[in-house]
Amino acid sequence: MEVFLQQLINGISLGSIYALIALGYTMVYGIVQLINFAHGDVYMVGAYLGFFATAILGWSFLPALLMSMVVCAILGMVIEKLAYTPLRNAPRIAALITAIGVSLFLEYGMMLLVSPQVRTFPQVLTEVQYKFFGVVITNRQVIILVVTVALMLLLQYIVHKTMIGKAMRAVSHDKQAAQLMGINVNNTISATFAIGSALAAAAGVLVGIYYNAINPLMGIMPGLKAFVAAVLGGIGIIPGAMTGGFLLGIVEAMVSGYGKSLYRDPVAFVILIIILIVKPTGLFGKNVREKV
Amino acid sequence: MMSMFERKIKKQIGILLILAAFWGVIDFMIKGGIINPYYELNLILIGINIILAVSLNLINGFNGQFSIGHAGFMAVGAYGAAMITLKAHLPFAIALLFGALLAGICGILVGLPTLRLRGDYLAIATLGFGEIIRGLIVNIDYIGGAYGLSGIPKLANWTWIFWLTVLTVLVISNFVNSTHGRATISIRENEIAAEAMGINTTKYKVMAFTIGSLFAGLAGGLHAHYFYTIQPNTFNFLKSFDILVMVVLGGQGSITGSIIAAIALTILSASLQKLAALRLVIYALLLIVVMLFRPQGLMGTKEFSFSMFSKKSKDKEGKQHGTAIGQ
Amino acid sequence: MALLSVNDLSISFGGLKAVSDFNLKLQKNDLAGLIGPNGAGKTTVFNMLTGVYLPSAGDIQLDGKSLVGLKPYQINHRGVARTFQNIRLFSDLTVIDNLKIAYHSHAKYGLFGAICRLPGFYSGEKEMHEKSMELLKIFKLDHKYGELAKNLPYGEQRRLEIARAMATQPRLLLLDEPAAGMNPQETHELMGLIRWIREEFDLTILLIEHDMSLVMGVCENIFVLDYGQIIAVGTPDEIRNNRRVIEAYLGEEAS
Ligand SMILES: Nc1ncnc2c1ncn2[C@@H]1O[C@H](COP(=O)(O)OP(=O)(O)OP(=O)(O)O)[C@@H](O)[C@H]1O
Ligand SMILES: [Mg+2]
Repeated sequence: MEVFLQQLINGISLGSIYALIALGYTMVYGIVQLINFAHGDVYMVGAYLGFFATAILGWSFLPALLMSMVVCAILGMVIEKLAYTPLRNAPRIAALITAIGVSLFLEYGMMLLVSPQVRTFPQVLTEVQYKFFGVVITNRQVIILVVTVALMLLLQYIVHKTMIGKAMRAVSHDKQAAQLMGINVNNTISATFAIGSALAAAAGVLVGIYYNAINPLMGIMPGLKAFVAAVLGGIGIIPGAMTGGFLLGIVEAMVSGYGKSLYRDPVAFVILIIILIVKPTGLFGKNVREKV
Repeated sequence: MMSMFERKIKKQIGILLILAAFWGVIDFMIKGGIINPYYELNLILIGINIILAVSLNLINGFNGQFSIGHAGFMAVGAYGAAMITLKAHLPFAIALLFGALLAGICGILVGLPTLRLRGDYLAIATLGFGEIIRGLIVNIDYIGGAYGLSGIPKLANWTWIFWLTVLTVLVISNFVNSTHGRATISIRENEIAAEAMGINTTKYKVMAFTIGSLFAGLAGGLHAHYFYTIQPNTFNFLKSFDILVMVVLGGQGSITGSIIAAIALTILSASLQKLAALRLVIYALLLIVVMLFRPQGLMGTKEFSFSMFSKKSKDKEGKQHGTAIGQ
Repeated sequence: MALLSVNDLSISFGGLKAVSDFNLKLQKNDLAGLIGPNGAGKTTVFNMLTGVYLPSAGDIQLDGKSLVGLKPYQINHRGVARTFQNIRLFSDLTVIDNLKIAYHSHAKYGLFGAICRLPGFYSGEKEMHEKSMELLKIFKLDHKYGELAKNLPYGEQRRLEIARAMATQPRLLLLDEPAAGMNPQETHELMGLIRWIREEFDLTILLIEHDMSLVMGVCENIFVLDYGQIIAVGTPDEIRNNRRVIEAYLGEEAS
């Protein structure tokens, strides 16, 4: 039982990270039907920006988080404008290949820039441990969860209560109709990339303070797994990405707690394959038939 | 009728002679030390990469599916073949065959459930499978776990690799330039119409995927027995991306395109060997630039032939879907 | 016995009942039309007949054997071929390759023969090539055999799609708006062609068409669909004077 609770707590922390990244995947897919492979690498860039702000500029946690989110939002928009916009009407596979290219570019460009070595995050937050019934919770875990939940609430507010959120939903429903209704589709897509990238950057900074270590390839696995989380919840569906992220985090933590931690990575992909075969539209998705 | 058959046979024998001469000259130069081990290594890599690129092209280019897990099948072939020589002490040919068949069987197992998925979903599923295969290998201590296998006998050489590369190209181009190949291509062109015209699309998708995986396994077996040590990380998705870049660059649906791209990129990466990160940045930019400005790659779906350059063939262009090499 | 007999066929998409209790019988060598206003469910009927959609109720029998639940390619092997309302050619392939693909089910050599290039491969290919050229001649496309399908003018693309369907050697041919986008001259020629292939190949044909001159000109029997239900069946003359049919069409125009 203790193991279970402990892993549940670890899983929620990990799941927060996945959920934050998954949101960007799902929003972008919802609006342009593209698996933005480079999304995990935006998260990596976010972590490095957080590192830069705290370790080099000596900033504290919150300003570092905000700066990272803003810069990554811009990065996301730039990627979209340069690499994806020209391919909006090309076959989806062409855009996917481009996304793979952008991903490799960010990974190895960063490696050229900062060297492949692992960087250690400074102790922006001194770790405090709380013990309940033999279960350890750290203040970092609490912060991760608090920041994640706060960002999710903010996202829900943006998507449902603001003009830009309404535009996003309209464009993802029907691009042409939205355009005819006077919505600026290009700006809306840019905004989606910006918001998604900012969330990924937040995840990157949070991971930096949680695990302390970052490197240029750190975005690959979490990026793929966040995608699994998005598919699990139903791609294009925002609450689905949140749920999928937490679920995946918890499952992984349980596998490491009870089984062999080496099975952690394959398990995520086994989940992916199962969901793709059994219900490709995900837990929250509806089935649609292709018109012929 | 027989005369046409005989003409073809004569042409094939001619090509075979040219290939044999090429093989012989290189072989002589390697044995005589004119080609130093470094260049030999690159010739070997070119061969293995051609097998990988052409086999992936069958899946991605001709059949229009999108696999980015090819390295996983290469891993199955590498480990399968290594087990046969290392633990069962059977001959190399049997090891290669076993590795290839094992990879082919994995191809069927992976393909059957996932090939129903379309486009990008399939891409992610194949990538996932590649990672699952790697994850399983890491977790099996009997085959070396995360450390990998070493001490595999170095049985592969120029001769093996050259002729198996020729065999791969021949089998795949013969397949593609037949009614079965046309059925495969029709799925890329329009799956719903293909099905309505009586093509068992599932069968041909799984067939293309299986043949592709089988040859990836063959490449893996050759790789293991040339480099005599293999690790799960050798076959991660970066390896899959490497192969993908070759296929995309050469042209999805062009065998000669894949061959040219495999040669060019192997040489490029050899010259950037000390700068691994730079190499990948260049690959990344290549992918992006090709997609933005020439999405059909170097060759599109056309095949390279010398008659391409003569005026007479101008009107023939496109009349046949590619002329196979070695036909 | 009827060649095709459809009994109480229904399908719904979400809440929408696209087709309900659809009944139809075709005798061998019939040439019938299926008409109705836009969105009536005509294409949906074709999609059910060819296995693209699984009906939620009802039965489809070809020569007394049910087709329900079969995959589209299996239904094609039973002898049903079709064209599509929105042309679906193999557009980056040549005209003749489009036909050869349709001949695939009748190919005379196997996988092994293809890979090893056995003599059977060459004779099999030759036969497919000759048969494809014959069909192209009938459809007056033989001079274009080496062109990419996507480069043909619209009317020829429609003809090629019919030729491709014919290459699967069907007993029942389903044409979804074969004259859409054709000029009157082309439409007129198409009418002649449809009649001719029916005689020549001993075919049964069911066609969807909005061009009334074509439907009334070639079809002996017409089924009228509105809101997913059959509202009238009869000869062209009967249909022309049917009140419900006129209402259905006028209603459409008025709205
Ligand atoms: N896959 C699908 N999912 C949801 N609704 C569908 C689907 N296919 C068809 N429909 C709906 O079924 C109804 C009938 O469509 P169908 O295409 O059969 O009409 P039609 O008679 O062929 O019209 P037209 O003359 O315009 O071609 C329409 O309301 C259409 O929107
Ligand atoms: Mg229709």
